[in-house]
Amino acid sequence: MQYMLLIYGNEAGMLSAPKDMVEQMMAAYGAYTEAMKKAKVYIGGERLKPTSTASSVRAPGGKTKVLDGPFAETKEQLGGYYIIDVPGLDEALKWAAKCPGAQHGTIEVRSIWQM
Amino acid sequence: MKDQTPGAIAAEAAARRSYGKLVAFLAARNRDVASAEDALAEAFAAALEQWPRSGPPANPEAWLLTVARRKQIDSSRRNKTVASAWPHLQLLAGEGAEASDMPIPDQRLALMFVCAHPAIDPAVRTPLMLQTVLGFEAAAIAPAFLVSPATMSQRLVRAKAKIKQAGIAFRVPDREELPERLEAVLEAIYACFADGWADAVGSEAGRRGHATEAIWLGELITELLPEEAEAKGLLALMLYADSRKAARRDDAGRYVALPEQDVKRWDRALIARAEALLREASGMQGTGRFQLLAAIQSAHAMRGLTGRTDWDAIVQIYDGLYALTGSPVVAINRAVAAAGARGPRAGLAALEAVAVDSAIAQYQPYWAAKARLLADDGQIIEADEAYGLAIGLEADPAVRAYLIERRRALRQ
Repeated sequence: MQYMLLIYGNEAGMLSAPKDMVEQMMAAYGAYTEAMKKAKVYIGGERLKPTSTASSVRAPGGKTKVLDGPFAETKEQLGGYYIIDVPGLDEALKWAAKCPGAQHGTIEVRSIWQM
Repeated sequence: MKDQTPGAIAAEAAARRSYGKLVAFLAARNRDVASAEDALAEAFAAALEQWPRSGPPANPEAWLLTVARRKQIDSSRRNKTVASAWPHLQLLAGEGAEASDMPIPDQRLALMFVCAHPAIDPAVRTPLMLQTVLGFEAAAIAPAFLVSPATMSQRLVRAKAKIKQAGIAFRVPDREELPERLEAVLEAIYACFADGWADAVGSEAGRRGHATEAIWLGELITELLPEEAEAKGLLALMLYADSRKAARRDDAGRYVALPEQDVKRWDRALIARAEALLREASGMQGTGRFQLLAAIQSAHAMRGLTGRTDWDAIVQIYDGLYALTGSPVVAINRAVAAAGARGPRAGLAALEAVAVDSAIAQYQPYWAAKARLLADDGQIIEADEAYGLAIGLEADPAVRAYLIERRRALRQ
């Protein structure tokens, strides 16, 4: 089954973190991604630019409305994601627990509809 | 039952014995509990129709399984969309894999671990077990959990959808995860037994749970996991409490608190069974909460033999339990035991220490314990006030009547 791991964290804290901490974090993510690839569960994953770059779009009745900012103002912001392919939820939860982002933030695990 | 023909009786007996086993087996391959239950319900309906006419089959379980499997495949063919093609193929792949007289693999343990999976809302874990392992209808489960049948039914449907869609596998957790996952299963069984550990003043309040069914589940889990000490501890705990069932009400149906219970009304055979389980557990790895709670019950049960309660021993076990859980509820019970050992003043002093937690002010056993200790200490006005709060917070009418009676006795 395929799962999306949505990585939520304190964006402001991350942006103001000292340089060596950011480097450590990036290295941790690099190792994590590599481990997923070695285990042949990795389908994809990206880091997102901060929510200050977000635009939200609605098109009620075909009329496009663009708003500045993310869809929802939350304490923790979506900062990136992985898509993995594993046998079931237990394996997905184990991968989520190993994500460097889980130490400070929250990883939401969602199963993906198979079409 | 109108017609007790051999066929109908066989169908009913098979239903009781086999329900959970068949649901577990049918659901395990495609993680679809709801469709397994539907298919099994159709198979039982077919059995009730055919067995009375043709006589029961040689192997009722295998017969039910075969029919249910066919129904499962039929229904998956009916709603065949692109999204359901895969589970359909999985069902077909399993078809004919087992000969009909092969024993059905017991997947009930895996099913219990699914019901108490960390991804399932804790509030729905116990109802889910009652429904899937024992075959209870939502309407029969709802009252014990203080919700309407419609709400309960909705929660169960949602939980089953989550099992299927989130991909919770039917498996027994491996060694490293087992202790934590087993605790959740035992917790859910215990919640089925009683809606909380509320034994301050030996009041044993709030036994609104399905005690018989919980013991049945406890027997099942000890049978399936014979090496787990905590599973045995839980079963022992429930059997001790159950052994006092007849003593908990007097002849007029009034509630009787533990210290006033007539030990002749305790069930000796159940106590002996509980003692044996607890002894077995103590010889194994892994002491935990349920064994300690059972040990407290064991100390209380000693009064049946010696005529007195060893409060010092009980205080010691509560110390261990408090160190393990840090629960204020345990601290209340410990205070009551301390009063038994060293008098009401000692108990009241221990209660004061618990009261720093503000949630405790709305907890009935705290006020019931405090009222009793104040009364024992001769502080009548304060005791009267505490009884008033305890009565106001109690939901069980029999316990409420008991507390009202105690309060009235203060003024005499």
